[in-house]
Amino acid sequence: MTERPHLAVIGAGPAGLAATVAAAARGVRVTLIDSAAEAGGQFYRQPAAALRARRPQALHHQWRTWERLRDALAGQVESGRVMHLTDHHAWLVERQSGRFTVHALLGPEQEEPAVVHADATVLATGGYEKVLPFPGWTLPGVVTAGGAQAMLKGALAVSGPTAVVAGTGPLLLPVATGLAAAGVKVAALVESADPRDFVRRTRALAAQPGKVGEGARYAARLLRHRVRTLVRHTVVEAHGTGRIEAVTVAALDGAGRVRPGTERRIPCDTLAVGHGMLPHTDLAETLGCRLDGPGVDVDGDQRTDVPGVWAAGETTGIGGAALALAEGHIAGCSAAARLNGAAPDPHAWAAAAKSRNGLREFFAALDPVYAPPAHWAEQVTDDTVVCRCEEVTGGAIREAVADLGAGDLRTVKLLTRAGMGWCQGRVCGPAVAGLAGCGETPGRRPFARPVPLGVLARAGEPKPSDAAQ
Amino acid sequence: MRTPVDLAAARPGPAFTVTLDGREIEAFPGQTVAAALWAAGVTSWRTTRVEGRPRGIFCGIGVCFDCLVTVNDRPNQRACLVPARPGDAIRTQDGTGHDD
Repeated sequence: MTERPHLAVIGAGPAGLAATVAAAARGVRVTLIDSAAEAGGQFYRQPAAALRARRPQALHHQWRTWERLRDALAGQVESGRVMHLTDHHAWLVERQSGRFTVHALLGPEQEEPAVVHADATVLATGGYEKVLPFPGWTLPGVVTAGGAQAMLKGALAVSGPTAVVAGTGPLLLPVATGLAAAGVKVAALVESADPRDFVRRTRALAAQPGKVGEGARYAARLLRHRVRTLVRHTVVEAHGTGRIEAVTVAALDGAGRVRPGTERRIPCDTLAVGHGMLPHTDLAETLGCRLDGPGVDVDGDQRTDVPGVWAAGETTGIGGAALALAEGHIAGCSAAARLNGAAPDPHAWAAAAKSRNGLREFFAALDPVYAPPAHWAEQVTDDTVVCRCEEVTGGAIREAVADLGAGDLRTVKLLTRAGMGWCQGRVCGPAVAGLAGCGETPGRRPFARPVPLGVLARAGEPKPSDAAQ
Repeated sequence: MRTPVDLAAARPGPAFTVTLDGREIEAFPGQTVAAALWAAGVTSWRTTRVEGRPRGIFCGIGVCFDCLVTVNDRPNQRACLVPARPGDAIRTQDGTGHDD
């Protein structure tokens, strides 16, 4: 029997959806594997179906783009070219003799395994948020900015009537305006970046008038919701006992240090805080894909250096949904051509490539502007918990470096347990590296999520159905 | 006051009951355990293994494992991922969740 070539796309956010739709339209059979109950990823996270939201677009922007993606996916699923596996948490992709096996865990329980075989794979695993520690950041009510947004978009839930949104990065704008539109009083938007740094990069910014317009629309919404914006400010401490009751914020000087005497206290019951995004690269790392900085290294076709593996979206470097869509489209076209036995023709996706290259330049210019305050580590007192899972303090990490000679993340981990817990250092990694004064090294986690021992023991065992093939 | 449910014009099915440490709490179809607890004004449902400090939602997307909770005698469930179901017995989790 000759079957159509089979592509496994991992992740149903903008990049994975664009790749799926592009590959399916070019005659490839696609299995789209995603951990959520609905397609969309984090950016287009949809309210749970049972909440029966009649106006989900009120929580989103670029809704028409989402409608096009959603409808294209539905059409390809209907035609039988795409199988969309929801609630599948991929934990490993194996490459053997040029074919691929995707191992996943099912449902929110993540105890039962599932396996997908494919001829090639597109990794569109997205990203997660970086949060640097400060005293009080483990108090209930302190959430990541993306977490506040995920709870709002997916569950229509907020954690209290008054929020402060703080940190740095473009994500803070939709989080602040989204919470305000949902009835939360946003007492302040605290951004550590200096607006004058944007002016110094006018050329790269002017090349993306759409993005500049987006920023202007957010500014207008902040004004409409009467959100006080404090630039060149940072959170110094979150206060409270059983939960957050207030934050202290302070102004930053030109060198990125807190300006003494500028501290002010703002009462709140929610602090949504974030310092940028990090790519999810676990599956790519286990496959042996080369990284470029924190993201997966790809060529002009979105191919990694491992044959048969493409990567697209935040996993290749943070750049937002529009960039993810362009990269996903290119990956889908390129993978389809290879699977159909043709040489990929870059002219076929010239428009997406132009968009991709421009957006990459834009985010490269934005990146240094949205850097966390240079001296953030000075705010981390010795008794501040840095590794949230293993409850390792700033003092313990400093001791490991100063007294015990640790010079890299792995040694700090072995001496203190920082990064050894449930989240496997995803949350504390950047903070530990900053406090220890060493570079951020790839996590090299063999599996992308916790796997029950029984599942691990049985993985790779042939099933009766496999033997029949 | 405007709520997220108003903003999205959501009309979920009829509410059902779950319990948190025996106390009855109202939840709606489609809500996660975390969303139901937030709606009931609860922001922490776990204490840590070493210092016994309270924790609740942090990342909201299943990455950080801060929101662990015991649901129907199964400890270490991520409240941000697990849907609430009628009759769920949710218990605050102390430490590893395996000692009680």
